[in-house]
Amino acid sequence: MIYVKDANLNLAWNEVNIGGNIYGGGTSLEVNTGDWRLLIPAWIEEKCKHCMLCFPTCADSSIPVKNEKREDFDFKHCKGCGVCFKVCPFGAITWEKEDK
Amino acid sequence: MGIRERLSGNEAVAIALKQINPDVLAAYPITPSTEVPQYFAQFVADGQVDTEFVAVESEHSAMSACITATAAGGRSATITSACGLALMWELLYVASGTRLPVTLAVVNRALSGPININNDHSDSMGARDSGWIQLYSENNQEAYDNYIMSLRIAEHKDVMLPVMTCQDGFITSHAIENIELLEDDKVKAFVGEYKPEHSLLSGESISMGPYDTPMFYFEHQYQRARAMVDSKQVILDVSKEFGDLTGRYYGLFEEYKMEDAERAIIVLNSTAGTAKAVCDELRAKGEKVGILKLRVYRPFPMEEIAKAISHVKAVAVMDKAESFSAAGGPVFTDVRSACYELATRPHIINYIYGLGGRDVPVDVIHFVFDELKKVVADNKPGEIYRHVGVRGV
Repeated sequence: MIYVKDANLNLAWNEVNIGGNIYGGGTSLEVNTGDWRLLIPAWIEEKCKHCMLCFPTCADSSIPVKNEKREDFDFKHCKGCGVCFKVCPFGAITWEKEDK
Repeated sequence: MGIRERLSGNEAVAIALKQINPDVLAAYPITPSTEVPQYFAQFVADGQVDTEFVAVESEHSAMSACITATAAGGRSATITSACGLALMWELLYVASGTRLPVTLAVVNRALSGPININNDHSDSMGARDSGWIQLYSENNQEAYDNYIMSLRIAEHKDVMLPVMTCQDGFITSHAIENIELLEDDKVKAFVGEYKPEHSLLSGESISMGPYDTPMFYFEHQYQRARAMVDSKQVILDVSKEFGDLTGRYYGLFEEYKMEDAERAIIVLNSTAGTAKAVCDELRAKGEKVGILKLRVYRPFPMEEIAKAISHVKAVAVMDKAESFSAAGGPVFTDVRSACYELATRPHIINYIYGLGGRDVPVDVIHFVFDELKKVVADNKPGEIYRHVGVRGV
């Protein structure tokens, strides 16, 4: 059995975990799932009331909350679905075409 | 000495499950396997088992429930037939690919369409390459014995693959025959406790069934393929242990009067019984005929079968399933391929028979042995892809 932190591309068939099991959590943090976004949300901090309506709707946990206040988006994992933009009653979130 | 009883094949499997007392049994009714979960639900209601019985809404869910229960470290079982097995298809691969030793009792029935509820092997033959071990049973006794052994095979650390134990729908599932059961405590001791090395409830940080990237997927498939190869020895070891316990010994296949046979039939499940009766009849007349009854179809005992029929002049492989490959049925193509490296090979022909509950009386077996006589006399196989019992053919 090998922990994910020790996994590498030199592992032979008899060294990888049976059935593709992953030991040691947090692996999705390493995966950039934000690269298929078409529209991107933006947080306008001065309009934000920290009402906390947006963060529970985020399917990708890309709205970090600390000390009862939200912070800027985690764009490594935000897929640009726009639900947060839709639920914000204060216009504190925009949702526009992303220029890369 | 075991317990002498008379049971149908479905009852035998239900009793085996009662004695095994799995953690989870999830099933959806489908003819002709319906009786098994029905009997089992009664055992649950009567408090004779402490299994979590999940009355799911489909076979897709039944297999999903078994997969997750097994991933959680439990022992799970299910039962199905025909289209129910087809609906499990996606999850069959998930169970074997995630290396979860689920056990499944298949009561063989023809696949739709057109819809037909009677026996043939199109259901389990379609699942032959899903990474499941497949055991076939001639009668109620073998269905019972194979099921009890299937847990030990599936859960062995060198295997960790699911096992389906098959018997013929209606023919053995509903026919009542004599049977010798093991005592409950002996079954309990034989199957032991399921203690997986890792499970979702073990407290460790573990993910099962995650996305497998191109960098690792191939290695996992190679592991799975190796496990199927390695399972052959485990099947033999478990069968030996079971034989020592019960006096009923099983191999990868049964050779019935094969020693000096010049003509032979290869067959599995209930038709093997009919074939043996004809074999006895012909042997009494001095004809050198034999039967090879396949018990283990996956893993396929390639070298062993080739060796067992290398001395035979002509072999008919009988498939109770079409493969629609235009090249013969599944058992036939496997057997024929197995013989390729033999220095002297028998002529091997294929008979598709008994589809959708078409009766298979002794006449069919007589016909096949007669046809083999012609193959031997001509010393050439003639048409190799044949059908028996179809009107006008």
